[in-house]
Amino acid sequence: MPKRKNVYLPSALLVALFLIVWQALAMGMDAAYILPSPVQVVLRLWALRGPLFTAHLPATMSVTLIGLGFSLALGVALALLMDASPTAEHALYPLIVASQTIPTTALAPLFVLWFGYTIWSKVLVTVLMTFFPVVITVFDGFRSVRTDMIDLMTTFGATRGQIFRKLKLPAALPYFFSALKMAVPLSIIGAAIGEWLGAQEGLGYFSRRMMTQLDGAGVFAPILLLSLVAMALVGVVSLLEKRAVTWRGE
Amino acid sequence: MLSFEDVAFQYEGEDLPMLDGLSFHIERGEFVSLIGASGCGKSTILRLASGLLQPAHGAIRAAGADIRTQRRWCGYMPQSDLLFPWRTVGQNLRLPLELRGGLSPAEMDARVLETLRRVGLDDCRDKRPAELSGGMRQRAAFARTLLTGSDLLLLDEPFSALDFITRVTMREWLLRQWEQTHKTILFITHDVEEALFLSGRVLVAAERPIRALRSVPVPLAMPRTTEDLAAPEVQRLKNELIGLLRKEG
Repeated sequence: MPKRKNVYLPSALLVALFLIVWQALAMGMDAAYILPSPVQVVLRLWALRGPLFTAHLPATMSVTLIGLGFSLALGVALALLMDASPTAEHALYPLIVASQTIPTTALAPLFVLWFGYTIWSKVLVTVLMTFFPVVITVFDGFRSVRTDMIDLMTTFGATRGQIFRKLKLPAALPYFFSALKMAVPLSIIGAAIGEWLGAQEGLGYFSRRMMTQLDGAGVFAPILLLSLVAMALVGVVSLLEKRAVTWRGE
Repeated sequence: MLSFEDVAFQYEGEDLPMLDGLSFHIERGEFVSLIGASGCGKSTILRLASGLLQPAHGAIRAAGADIRTQRRWCGYMPQSDLLFPWRTVGQNLRLPLELRGGLSPAEMDARVLETLRRVGLDDCRDKRPAELSGGMRQRAAFARTLLTGSDLLLLDEPFSALDFITRVTMREWLLRQWEQTHKTILFITHDVEEALFLSGRVLVAAERPIRALRSVPVPLAMPRTTEDLAAPEVQRLKNELIGLLRKEG
């Protein structure tokens, strides 16, 4: 499909330009501990592939996936509760919004005190960063249902459960995928930050350790890896979305 | 088939009631149109008849029994087709059957196909609503209304969003459907010509609050064609009805 390629050509050119400028700047400065060049970062990633892929990537991914799972469960559960009961909505919605004013990164050291260097301090950081867009977006999805469609189903004699299953759930599905696309990168960032602030393994921890060794390319290598993984996961979610939501924009 | 007995209704926060002591009756098998200027309470009457609103006073009966004691006494068709975009046309038609329960998937599919054939959409079963034209979507919505299995159909300006030519085609089509299915239809419209063409009797809502509906018989035999509307007595009636509605506005 040549047409499709043309669509992404400008962004590809922009990325290429950015990398060339970065490379030139880094070569000009010639101080890899401050600004490593893209080539150095890729080479370092290759050199460190052993520990990165066998130990640190799996550690970060398990925090990410567990955190994402909890965030989705918590977010969807809260959205369901607020949709089912206006009282719950009035009680919870302001609190959920207020929870986002808490500087999670500042609290993370506290979580290490509570949970030690276990996986759970990192999972908590991940969940606190990720559940918010899930609950807000999925709740918006339930609320996006047209009242005249609910009326129509009521005249057909539908029960509340039937209205939920046959109308609200499918109507909220595109919103769920939007939430997922926001949640995946956020949970990876959350895991990395959690590891940065207190861990014994993981890409965030590894990046920080390279920092203390003034290894600029070593700081960037795990970050590059994280970005690539995040992009791949969002790509997978987009593919799933294309299969599940065939009616978006109608 | 449908009767309002001394029905009163007022929207919360409004000074005037919409309906006040309204009574009227529709016989089984009748095609009755209800006309009135927009905002006069036509749709309120339909929403009361479909049970979406509760009257403050009075009783509404369908097939002799109070609607509060019944479920699924009517097939309601709203202004917009409200086909679910995530369901195919066939699956949309299945919805009222699924909600009622008691039929196997094979039986439901058979009923859907039979109804699609009736409305001339049998080759659209697996299409998405978005692939259909406006007129076809209204036909699909009408087919879904038929599949409620109810003998009383309440149609709320179903053709008002269509272009003129499609509207003329659709009302001829609807009249044929009524002749074949022997349903009782209460049809709401603000289009006087549409009301005259379709119905045996026109009810006029010409006051606020509505205390009574003026019943005007249409002097045209069935079956009708669009050309019949040109008859002088129909034209006279049309002007008279338009005059009534304008006086109210």
